[in-house]
Amino acid sequence: MNTESLEKHFNDKIEEDIRIEPKDWMPEKYRKTLIRQISQHAHSEIVGMLPEANWITRAPTLRRKAAALAKVQDEAGHGLYLYSACETLGVERDDLLADLHSGKAKYSSIFNYPTLTWADMGAIGWLVDGAAIMNQVPLCRASYGPYARAMVRICKEESFHQRQGYEIMLTLCKGSEEQKNMAQDALNRWWWPSLMMFGPTDKDSKHTADSMRWGIKRFTNDELRQKFVDVTVPQADILGLTVPDKDLKWNEESGHYDFGEINWEEFYNVISGNGPCNRERLEARRNAHDKGEWVREAAQAYAEKKSRNKAA
Amino acid sequence: MDTNKFNYILQQADNCLILGQRLGEWCGHGPILEQDIAMTNISLDLIGQARLFYQYAAELQDEGKTEDDLAYLRDAWDFRNVKLVEQPNGDFAQTIIRQFLYDTFSCYYYEALKESNDERLASIAAKSHKETLYHVKWSGDWVLRLGDGTSESHERAQSALDLLRPYADELVIPSEADQKAAEEGYGPDLGKIAELRSEKLNAVLSESTLNVPESGFTHSGGKDGRHTEHLGYILADLQFLQRAYPGNKW
Ligand SMILES: [Fe+2]
Ligand SMILES: [Fe+2]
Repeated sequence: MNTESLEKHFNDKIEEDIRIEPKDWMPEKYRKTLIRQISQHAHSEIVGMLPEANWITRAPTLRRKAAALAKVQDEAGHGLYLYSACETLGVERDDLLADLHSGKAKYSSIFNYPTLTWADMGAIGWLVDGAAIMNQVPLCRASYGPYARAMVRICKEESFHQRQGYEIMLTLCKGSEEQKNMAQDALNRWWWPSLMMFGPTDKDSKHTADSMRWGIKRFTNDELRQKFVDVTVPQADILGLTVPDKDLKWNEESGHYDFGEINWEEFYNVISGNGPCNRERLEARRNAHDKGEWVREAAQAYAEKKSRNKAA
Repeated sequence: MDTNKFNYILQQADNCLILGQRLGEWCGHGPILEQDIAMTNISLDLIGQARLFYQYAAELQDEGKTEDDLAYLRDAWDFRNVKLVEQPNGDFAQTIIRQFLYDTFSCYYYEALKESNDERLASIAAKSHKETLYHVKWSGDWVLRLGDGTSESHERAQSALDLLRPYADELVIPSEADQKAAEEGYGPDLGKIAELRSEKLNAVLSESTLNVPESGFTHSGGKDGRHTEHLGYILADLQFLQRAYPGNKW
């Protein structure tokens, strides 16, 4: 088949919602877009371990400690599935990591915010995992098979994280005055960054059009952000917490919440490296990788010795 | 309350908690993603074991206390873990050697504790034994890889072993609680465990090409609440929220 008919065949499949698999022909731009999106997602899982890992040793009960360990471990697992999905597109995990460590590859900006109190463990689960679910559930139907399948597994675990985070918030909000303040403070700090997780507004989003056409993306950034606000505000009401947006109000006519303008200057600042923890997060990842080099070398040298011995 | 049994249970509960806490420090910072996951897994198992022991100890104590009271509201002198488990993570080699020295104890310990005449202890041991078999396989495989990997990994593993060897045997030297537990049949004879363990240790270490340092001296005292300086900092982290907000529910 020539390129034209290959491309037609590919487009027909997309049209009919038939999954694209690793061995299928695909346009180079589709492959590149997928690599960019999936690796960015994988990096986000790995960097995303850090803010929560920060509270594992200080978790307030043994039950919470176990849950926090299990959660951060899930995120590491998500990273693994996604790096594997990426590898089906012909790139190596090591090269993807090199791009993360050099600052070339991006990860979700939300993880550049600090976790200052225990309530942040609740707020991250409730809001950050919550926003991640909004973004990711549609990806379970993404056109690329390995990505879609990884997302099915991931979404199941993310929704567990979301409930667990909300339960931490609920416990705090039923607790002492100080605990309620802790919960409110966490909401104040995580609300806007969570809304930013959906990316720039549709008119400023440079990747949306292609991704929608190829069935990698199913809803626009603004649609998903609205959905998140509509779902989350009533949950804040149940907690008895105040969403830090003076413009937030229910709009009878549209059937949605109206909400205030996002601080896009902050958004672009954090993306370009000026968030509160950008340097620390990247440094932690680089450090882990660099300090692990002799370990990886030892494992490889040992495996080679063993296979030589077997052959001999 | 059976004070000896209470103390005896805390020894192992505290070993599990403190080592689990130490391994938890690696979370997010491991040298390889798969090994980050493995260390978190072992940490989770250890925290789980600690909880089972604390729950039982709290029941025996019968003062309406919980697992968390025991973990979060005792000071260092009441902790009965061995000094080995409070040693810092250091580099990956130090973590592996510490883990291997511990796992080669715990797998035989739990195997023997399954025969305890205390049914509750026997059932905790049965569950924990399965987990520990996996742990000792993991740490043992890494001892081989590091010892017989590159010259750098060999050197790192050897210096970790030299550093930690003096902390290894406190686990198998009977405390008063251990002795009485063995006499009354709810705890195993540590002498037998010491033999099995040293066989396993020597086999793996010699295959790994590491030199077993002459065991001249053993640091002890942990089982009686005399610890290294590290434990205070571990507890400062572990207990921070419970201490800062007394009586709150989390
Ligand atoms: Fe995740
Ligand atoms: Fe998650």
